[in-house]
Amino acid sequence: MEFTQLWDKLNKRFPERLTLATESGDKQIQVKVDDLIAVVDYIKNDSALAFNFLRLISAVDTGKEFSCVYHFYSYQHAHGLILTVSLNRANPTLPSLSSRYATADWLERECYDMMGFNFLEHPELRRILLPHDWDGYPLRKDYQQPAEYHGTKH
Amino acid sequence: MSSNENKTAEELLAQSISNPRDLTRYLQYLKIIREQELSSSVLICPFDAAINWSRANSIWPLTFGLACCAIEMMAVGADKFDLDRFGAGAFRATPRQADLMIVAGTVTYKMMPRVKKLYEQMPDPKYVMAMGACTIGGGPYCKFGYHVVKGIDKFIPVDIYVPGCPPRPEALIDALFKLQAKIAHDSPLENRFGVGGNG
Repeated sequence: MEFTQLWDKLNKRFPERLTLATESGDKQIQVKVDDLIAVVDYIKNDSALAFNFLRLISAVDTGKEFSCVYHFYSYQHAHGLILTVSLNRANPTLPSLSSRYATADWLERECYDMMGFNFLEHPELRRILLPHDWDGYPLRKDYQQPAEYHGTKH
Repeated sequence: MSSNENKTAEELLAQSISNPRDLTRYLQYLKIIREQELSSSVLICPFDAAINWSRANSIWPLTFGLACCAIEMMAVGADKFDLDRFGAGAFRATPRQADLMIVAGTVTYKMMPRVKKLYEQMPDPKYVMAMGACTIGGGPYCKFGYHVVKGIDKFIPVDIYVPGCPPRPEALIDALFKLQAKIAHDSPLENRFGVGGNG
């Protein structure tokens, strides 16, 4: 299915809830945080869409706000879809997809590790790459590097 | 007996063969041969030199790679460059048996306590080689790498620095020669018992 068809189908299903974002190159659909679970359930279970694979979750810090980007793919129909969610910089909280896609477990842990996104109802939201006692979220634009770690200065 | 004193070993042997019942000539022959062998097979040298020679030519590195530098280290260990030519090809899978730690690759802060523990598990005398730009000073991660230790000499002592990103296998072999030269000037007796050397 082409992107325009995808957009029409989703826009019909969720009228005035979705935004089209094409300025960044890849065509993306912006979803409100509250609608994320409903949209994901729909695109996963609808037989014409059947997005059965979550390729990746990435976190973006524009300096003003955070956004979480989901790349979906359907092996059945060989088409892809990108959803983005804008998040409040003071409290980046969003629902976890780990009960829908098993791969979301570690991807969300990485977003938590690097950006500090708080995924609600995640089974085990702890750091995945950095040491467990690390301070701060290093890929945030306003991250300040600590002066030392366990007595070794930077 | 006195008639045998000026004879050579070959003459004595020939006479003892032609006259098998006379053991005197044969014993005389054995005495001369033993003296000749002793003079050609005994080496007198300082104890330190013998120990250092054997240690420098049987450096056992720790099997231990952290990043891309480890690929070059593996190449040095493999047949094309063959570190075993210089006695350092026996990569040990446990720090208890290793003399040399080649820290090949980026050391992150998460890895730092593990590297330190491996170093502490190695028995003395032990040597550390910092291979590549990352282990020397953080390398490309020096300025913005929040997760990389800016040089392993911040937490363990380093004997040899091998610059490069990664260093060529020849550079690592040269570093081994430098380490062998360093070991050759070591004083194991003095280190262990406080005797010998200049002390």
